[in-house]
Amino acid sequence: MLKANLTAIAVVVAWAASLPALAQDAELGKIREEIRQMKEGYEKRIQELEKRLSEAEAKAGRAESAANSAEQNAAAAQTATAAAASARGGENAFNPAVSLILQGTYARESQDPNQFRINGFFPSGGEVGPPKRSFGLGETELAIASNIDPYFRGIAIASLAPDGGVEVEEAYFQTLALPQGFGVKGGRFFSGLGYLNEQHQHAWDFQDAPLPYKAFLGNQLRQDGLQLRWIAPTDLLIELAAELGAGRQFPGSDSNKNGIGTRALLAHVGGDIGDSYAWRTGVSYLNAAASGRSYQDVDALGGAVTNTFTGNAKLWVADAILKWSPHGNPTYNNFKLQGEYFRLKQNGTLTYDDTAQAAPQFGATFSDSLQADQSGWYVQGVWQFYPRWRVGYRYDALRYGTLNNGIVNNGLGPTAADFPLLANHSPTRNTLMFDFSPTEFSRLRLQLASDKSRLGVTDNQVFVQYIYSLGAHGAHKF
Amino acid sequence: MIKWTRLLYVALLLAAQPAFAALNVFACTPEWGALAKELGGDKASVYVATSALQDPHRVEARPSLIARARGADLVVCTGAQLEIGWLPLVLTQAGNSKIQVGQPGYFEAARYVTMLEVPSSIDRAQGDIHPGGNPHIHLDPRNIAKIAVALSERMAQLDPPEANNYRARTKAFLERWQQALARWEQQAAPLKGMPLIVYHKNMTYLIAWLGMRELGALEPKPGLPPTASHLSELLAKLQRDPAKAIVLAAYNDPRGGDWLSEHAKIPVLILPFTVGGSDKAKDLFGLFDDSIARLLAAK
Repeated sequence: MLKANLTAIAVVVAWAASLPALAQDAELGKIREEIRQMKEGYEKRIQELEKRLSEAEAKAGRAESAANSAEQNAAAAQTATAAAASARGGENAFNPAVSLILQGTYARESQDPNQFRINGFFPSGGEVGPPKRSFGLGETELAIASNIDPYFRGIAIASLAPDGGVEVEEAYFQTLALPQGFGVKGGRFFSGLGYLNEQHQHAWDFQDAPLPYKAFLGNQLRQDGLQLRWIAPTDLLIELAAELGAGRQFPGSDSNKNGIGTRALLAHVGGDIGDSYAWRTGVSYLNAAASGRSYQDVDALGGAVTNTFTGNAKLWVADAILKWSPHGNPTYNNFKLQGEYFRLKQNGTLTYDDTAQAAPQFGATFSDSLQADQSGWYVQGVWQFYPRWRVGYRYDALRYGTLNNGIVNNGLGPTAADFPLLANHSPTRNTLMFDFSPTEFSRLRLQLASDKSRLGVTDNQVFVQYIYSLGAHGAHKF
Repeated sequence: MIKWTRLLYVALLLAAQPAFAALNVFACTPEWGALAKELGGDKASVYVATSALQDPHRVEARPSLIARARGADLVVCTGAQLEIGWLPLVLTQAGNSKIQVGQPGYFEAARYVTMLEVPSSIDRAQGDIHPGGNPHIHLDPRNIAKIAVALSERMAQLDPPEANNYRARTKAFLERWQQALARWEQQAAPLKGMPLIVYHKNMTYLIAWLGMRELGALEPKPGLPPTASHLSELLAKLQRDPAKAIVLAAYNDPRGGDWLSEHAKIPVLILPFTVGGSDKAKDLFGLFDDSIARLLAAK
């Protein structure tokens, strides 16, 4: 607008300048006067326009009226969107969120970590032992997550083992658009069973899993399968879920059968008490089929034996967590109390086989019934007593319960001494933890434990651990 | 087993919320809850996920938030990664397709205002910075006006039968807001140029609006707690260029500024920061009335 006016003046001036020189002085003066008036007029108008412009600018900031600001905002939003769109136009515009977890430990152990076992319980197959002595690299976790389309979200988490090799920890899709509070997850995912199972190891409050997780789930239950979840339309959180899986992991086994290997039913409720407490509690049930689930043991003379279980396993888990923070602000102080109870019943046939030895004690296989009813629990409290500083204590225990081994009971061959791993033992452990988290993305931890997982010996452990999180800001589960 | 199912059924019936409200709004922070109430009146049932006493950066995805998000028609949040630590989890866990990112039921206020302090480079070594700019946008009341317009349009879109109602309420709100804005700017005229120390860079928009001066922050870098060496530096700076007050939000640790307050001999001033942060900050009007009154008292 302004520019147009200035051009007009310029044209007028140019036209005036090109007037024939013959024009009389009077006429010239008249023309000059006219031009001056025009110029003044334009200047006045320009000033008016400037004034109006500055008023309009002021208006924009002050939301003079709903209509005006709506229009201006719409325009501004369009400009902003356009600018943002041009900035994000590259080929990498849809890059997923990538994050990486770095972990490592320095460990001192009074017992050999390579000889670790939980006496009294079937080996669960997971890497449940304490970390290697001296410096050791933990799992490096690479996570990639993104919405796939309006209907699905996808997440893959690969774990890079310190000795080489990559393991797929989780890789699943998750629905976003199912109605009525339903959601489906499929692929490989941590089961929603209990409280701790769904959390990644780097989010745990201690360096390792509680004993019941080690003994009954091999640290964590990973499902290769499907999960259907439903959230009730209530103010109290009521969450029900069912999982179907291949059940290749303990307490199931890779049975190479069609159909479903493991079924789980989960129910959780949760809510707030006042503005300072939040809680969640639930029960979970897992039914798994084991077919040819074998483990290595030694007989009374020290010779290698393969024991194989075929049958059914039922696991119940009850979990509860209570979190406190003043007015819900955990920045300065907070306290977290959590506990879980596990009960595993196994029913089937156990086979004892020492025929692989050169000079075997029996040189035969023995098969008989096996019934085991065993349990375990832990309770832990973690207190942030100062910003960034926390202290925590955990007590965990396993109860041997009853284990009826038909092979031992019928007295025809191997005795209890030929099943040292299943010796009557109820492990316990005391763990103390201090950690310092400079930011949400870094944590340094000192953990002291006295571990009686092994029959007759106490392993005194000192771990120093670091956990670093790089890249996208991941949200942590409650 | 039968007993358990029956118990669950009873629990369901007891806890089921009446669904007569036209529009269920889930507000991430109190300011957006207050705004949704102003614009929605009795046509909107507003749940506020956090309080003024909670650090908006450190919110947990509590079970109650997931349950409330399940029934929401509209989620109103700041955006600009303020809620990144908990909202994505609540959204994926809630089993509610209406409020997912990109749906009309997902509203980010930061998209409708001009962001301040947009970082030119992003690196976590700079502290907990937000790539989209400083997210504490609600402390400039002119932003509230812009967001009100956008939010009312969104509410009208989601609840067409009440569209005119939302627009009428918004018009009335903006008229009152305009008057209040003129009053605040007049009252706050003496605050122009007032030098302040902040705890976190959460007062930036208030300071920019009233033309005050931010001399420094107690946090050495965003998200890091004050350190002795940083406080000593601040003290040395204050001896050259004194500030009038150390300004904290209601959720900031009041002990944070004590050392500096004692040594620099300037008061610690706690501002409500958002609705509910003080007795007088009962709504958005009260928030600015009280903030300005407290600043004037410290002048």
